[in-house]
Amino acid sequence: MSATAPSDLDHVDERLLRTTRLRKLLARPELGSVVGAAAVFVFFSIVADSFLRASSLGTVFYAASTIGIMAVPVALLMIGGEFDLSAGVMVTTSALISSMFSYQMTANVWVGVGVSLLVTLAIGVFNGFMLTRTKLPSFIITLGTFLMLTGLNLGFTKLISGTVSTKSIADMEGFPSAKKLFASQLTIGGVDLKVTILWWIGLVAVATWILLRTRFGNWIFAVGGNADAARAVGVPVARTKIGLYMGVAFCAWISGQHLLFSFDVVQSGEGVGNELIYIIAAVIGGCLITGGYGSAIGSAVGAFIFGMTSKGIVYAEWNPDWFKFFLGAMLLLATLLNAWIRRRVEATK
Amino acid sequence: MTRLRTGGVRAAVGAVLAVALTAALAGCSSTGGKRAEDARKAAAAQGKAAVNTPRWTFAMVTHSGDGDTFWDIVQNGAEQAAVKDNINFLYAHSDEAQQQAQLIDSYIAKGVDGLIVTLAKPDAMKAAVEKAVKAGIPVITVNSGSEQSKAFGALTHIGQDETVAGEAVGEELDRRGKKKALCVLHEQGNVGHEQRCAGAKKTFGGDLQNLYVDGTNMPDVQASIEAKLQSDPAIDSVVTLGAPFADAAVQAKKAAGSQAEVDTFDLNAKVASALSAGTLGFAVDQQPYLQGYEAVDLLWLYKYNADVLGGGKPVLTGPQIITKDDAEALKGYAERGTR
Repeated sequence: MSATAPSDLDHVDERLLRTTRLRKLLARPELGSVVGAAAVFVFFSIVADSFLRASSLGTVFYAASTIGIMAVPVALLMIGGEFDLSAGVMVTTSALISSMFSYQMTANVWVGVGVSLLVTLAIGVFNGFMLTRTKLPSFIITLGTFLMLTGLNLGFTKLISGTVSTKSIADMEGFPSAKKLFASQLTIGGVDLKVTILWWIGLVAVATWILLRTRFGNWIFAVGGNADAARAVGVPVARTKIGLYMGVAFCAWISGQHLLFSFDVVQSGEGVGNELIYIIAAVIGGCLITGGYGSAIGSAVGAFIFGMTSKGIVYAEWNPDWFKFFLGAMLLLATLLNAWIRRRVEATK
Repeated sequence: MTRLRTGGVRAAVGAVLAVALTAALAGCSSTGGKRAEDARKAAAAQGKAAVNTPRWTFAMVTHSGDGDTFWDIVQNGAEQAAVKDNINFLYAHSDEAQQQAQLIDSYIAKGVDGLIVTLAKPDAMKAAVEKAVKAGIPVITVNSGSEQSKAFGALTHIGQDETVAGEAVGEELDRRGKKKALCVLHEQGNVGHEQRCAGAKKTFGGDLQNLYVDGTNMPDVQASIEAKLQSDPAIDSVVTLGAPFADAAVQAKKAAGSQAEVDTFDLNAKVASALSAGTLGFAVDQQPYLQGYEAVDLLWLYKYNADVLGGGKPVLTGPQIITKDDAEALKGYAERGTR
C-alpha cells in the first residue's frame, strides 16, 4: 500500500477490514481441504451416477465416520507435535478386550466394555508416559507399542479363545443396549445412518471447543509449537502430552466397541495400517507434521475425502487397484495446497 | 551455473534413456516374455457373449488383500464367465472386515443384479449379506463361509471345505510314509488356515507342528522355515498354505541342507513346473478359476431360469491332489493364469 490521501481514509479502512476477514478465512487450517473435498465431491457426482443417491451418501458418511472418529484425536495429537502409530491396532485391542473379558468371565457385556475402557486408557497413558520420561521421539515409542499390541492381539486371542477370532457374545446380557449405543442404525427419511456418524460429529465439536475455547487447547498449540518455550511460561508439557495420548486411546475405545458390536466377532489380526490412514486424514485436513498447527474440523474433512474416494471408486465402477494411488495423489495435492495458501497468507501480512 | 548443471543432468538422463531403449530393441529374447504370453493368449478362446440375455451387472466383493495371485485367478474365471454370459462384472476387495462390509453396502446402494461375496469373516458380513437378500439381490458366497452361507440367505456356496482339504493332506502325507510334518501358516488370524492345519493334524499319523510366518515378507518366511528345519532335522515334510510360499520353503530346505519334502496348498505356474521337476511332492488345488467362473454362471442361471445348484449343500471345487503326473498338463493353464 502506498501513501493514501487522508480524504478517503474511511474508505481505505473499510477495504482493509474486508481483507482482514478474507485473510482470516484464508488462514484457517482446513481451507485447503474444504476446497479439495468440494472438488472430489463434484468429481464423483459427475463420473458416478449412483454416488449422489441418499443411500450411497449414507455409506460414504459411514466410511468417513469410521476413519473420522480416530482422525480427531490423532489431529489433536499432531497439533501437539506427536505421532501415534499404535492407534490402528489399539482399536482392535480394545474390541478384543471387551469381547473376551465378557465371554470368559460370563459377565454382563457392559463390564467388558468398562474394563476395555480402563485398559485402553492405560495403553494411552503408557505411550504418553514413556514419551515424556524417555525423551525418545514418539515415532519410536509408538512404533514399539504398535508392534507389541499387534503381537498381543494375536497371542492372547489364540491363547484364550483357541482360534484367531473371538467367540460370539451376541446372546449375552447387555449386548442389545451396548449395540444401541455403539453400532445402531437410525433411519432418517429412508436413509440408513449409522450411529458412528453422530459420535464423529460429537467428537469433532468437543475437540474444536477444546482447541479454541479452553486453556488445555492453548497448551496443545503451545507444546506443539515449541515445547521448551511452553515449559518456560509454565505450561505442563508432560501432562498435556499424556492427556493427548489418552484422547487417542479413548477414541480407539469408541471405534473398538463399534467394531465389536456391529460385527459381534472380532478378528485379531485387523487394524494394522489404519494408523497411517488416520494421520493422512489429519494431514489432508491441514495439520502440520511438525506440530503447532491444524484443526479438528480439518481432520473431519480429511476423513470425508477418504470416505468419498474409497467408496466413489466403487460407484464409478473403477478398478480398485488404483485406490491407493488416488489417496497418495490426494495427500500430496492437499498438502501442497495448504502450504501454498499458508505462504500466501503470510506474505500478505 | 545452475542452469548449465541442469542442462548436463538432462543430457545425461537422455543418454541413459537412449541406451536403455536401444538395448531393449536390440537385445530381444527369443523365448518367454510378453511375446510368448501374447501368442498364448491368441491361442486361447476369444471372448464374445454366447447369450442374448439383458446385460446384468454382477459385483464380487472379496476379503483379498492388494495384489494376491489366488484372487487374480478367481477374477479371471469370473470375468471369462461374464464375457460369455453378457454380464457387466465389477470387483472390489478389502482385507479389513469393516471395509468389506461397506463395499457390499455400496453395491447394494448401486442396485446391482447379483452379488458374489466371500465370508472369511462371516459375522462381519452377516448384516450386509442379509440386507442384499432383503433388497432382492441374489447372493452367492464363494471360497469361505460354507457353514454360514445358507443361514445368511445366500443361494449357494462354491468353494473348498478347508477342514476336508486339510484331511486330504494328512492322508496323502501318510500315504507317502512321512513321520514329522511342518504346517506353515503365512497369515496369523486366518480361520481357514487354522482349519487346514488342524484337518491335516487329524488324519496324519505322524507328528505335525504349526509354524507361523509373516506372509507379507518373503525373506522372513524363508528364514523362519530355514531356522525351523535347522533346529529339527527330523522334519521330513513341509506343507505351505499358499503357492508363492512353496518356493520359499524349497529355498529354505536347500539352505538348511534338509531332506524334507515340500508340499503346498494351491497352484501357480511355478508350483506346476516344480511339481513336474520333482522339487515339490504334491499340491492341493481348490481350483480358484472355478470359484469365480461358477459364481457368475450360477447367478446368470438364477436370473435366467431360477436354477439353483447344489441342493442346499455347498458346491465343492476341491480338494484336488496334484502330483508329478498331472502337473505337465496343468503347466500351460497355470501360466495363462487360470489354474
